[in-house]
Amino acid sequence: MIDDRVMARIEQLAGLELSPEEREALKADLTRILDYFQKLSELDTQGVPPFEPLPGQVNAWREDEPAESLAQGESLANAPEQEAGYFKVPRVFGEP
Amino acid sequence: MSLTETLTALNQKELALADVVASLWKRIEEREPEIHAFIRLADPEALMRREEALSSQPLRGLPIAIKDNLTTVDLPTTCGSKSLSGFRPPFDATCVTRLKAAGAQVQGKTNLDEFAMGSSTEHSAFGSTRNPCDPDRVPGGSSGGSAAAVAAGEALAALGTDTGGSVRQPAALCGIVGLRPTYGRVSRWGLVAFASSLDTVGVLARTVRDAALVLSIIAGHDPKDATSLPLPPHDYTENLETKDLQDLKIGLPREYVPPGLSPAARGLVDRWCQALQELGAEVVEISLPLTEYALPAYYLVSSAEASANLARYDGVRYGLRVPGELMAEMMAATRTAGFGREVKRRIMLGTFALSAGYYDQYYGKAQRVRTLIAREFEAAFQEVDLILGPTSPTPAFRLGEKADPLSMYLSDVFTLPSALAGLPAISIPGGEVEGLPFGLQLIAPRLGEEKLLRAAYALEAALSA
Repeated sequence: MIDDRVMARIEQLAGLELSPEEREALKADLTRILDYFQKLSELDTQGVPPFEPLPGQVNAWREDEPAESLAQGESLANAPEQEAGYFKVPRVFGEP
Repeated sequence: MSLTETLTALNQKELALADVVASLWKRIEEREPEIHAFIRLADPEALMRREEALSSQPLRGLPIAIKDNLTTVDLPTTCGSKSLSGFRPPFDATCVTRLKAAGAQVQGKTNLDEFAMGSSTEHSAFGSTRNPCDPDRVPGGSSGGSAAAVAAGEALAALGTDTGGSVRQPAALCGIVGLRPTYGRVSRWGLVAFASSLDTVGVLARTVRDAALVLSIIAGHDPKDATSLPLPPHDYTENLETKDLQDLKIGLPREYVPPGLSPAARGLVDRWCQALQELGAEVVEISLPLTEYALPAYYLVSSAEASANLARYDGVRYGLRVPGELMAEMMAATRTAGFGREVKRRIMLGTFALSAGYYDQYYGKAQRVRTLIAREFEAAFQEVDLILGPTSPTPAFRLGEKADPLSMYLSDVFTLPSALAGLPAISIPGGEVEGLPFGLQLIAPRLGEEKLLRAAYALEAALSA
């Protein structure tokens, strides 16, 4: 089920670039873990709703009122790179 | 000395805050090089200096250790990950704000499995923590640093987080008390998200009373966390003292005493039942047949949520950045370098469980099984007030012993079902197996913390007598 094609797709979706050794090891782990997890198919869940962590609670709304937020300097304080009050990133398009 | 006893000594002027801080730091000097419970410590001199300013507050300036996945402005927050090395949060987690408002100080940030994913505190980018009872063994996890700090006498009490058992299991393995509150009881604001529908902030302490005291401070509604329950503050230490437990019926699920449990552990379970009966409680055998399905359901749900929550570590706004020509290259290089093996394994598992074509079969199925598990508990709590069992199937294992991920996951079999159902539960010292601490777990219905703590308090006294 977890072949190289599936591994490549999940890796891309997850934003990871595994080394060949790491990929092989994780492929074996995932295969074994998912195999074990097939256990869930023993249970009939027809008509059972997905779990709600807060039974009976609906959306918790709050008033849409302005409140204090972080100053620009505080928001940028941990930025790996910044320029003129913005987070700076490498270019998005183009040939690598 | 417990937190409560230390407070009493401060109130009666038998001790000054400086004495307490000095004795904790003396202990840290003795034990920390071997145990490595903390990633970072506060400056003890600075803590001592606030004696006067905090002397009228309930916690009188006492230091509390904080797991390093709870944000603090005083000290960097790393989550035990290279991804966040050096990250300085611009705000305190609400539980930390509440502790500070009660006069506590941040003692330091404790070690954990990276992003709280693990059961041994071996998966930290900053090295493993060791069990103070036997340094060749793990302290459990993921709140292993918090548990080890309290067990070694380096901290009076600590905050941890419990997603699938990460407060209770390390408390059990280190021989202390670990409390996981009802999901929604304590705000998750500032708890760095792992699995948002399961994450809770819990307490690691030397006594049940200390755990109740800290819970009273950190619990309560917080508008910043939409899942925090709108409940008034409550003093959980108020009704701990009780002559007996005559009003309580305790269920012992036969699935929590499986054939694989060691004879010594079985002997302890018998002893617990006897102690409960001597306290006047009725103990009955019950069955929770869905127990064995909790592990796959938990790992699918938590890994799926983790894969979404950890998407934010992309090198843009904070944390590690590994340079790249293009934005997507920079992000992938950053994530690949920043996350450890176990975190990558869970992100891959979770991404797969959420991906098109597999969503219903894995994530959807797991969320439905979770409903069945919650219903099974509801039905059990029609019959009994509390559920009893071991916290973990074995005492502390050796470092490196569980290299296989599935065998590591299995050390949480008794804490996962209640976590999936969002229930409160506590682990207290239940005796020794092979000369190592073995934890007793009690599980209560949603919002049943008072009953849970009252029974744990009575049992704690009975078992230590």
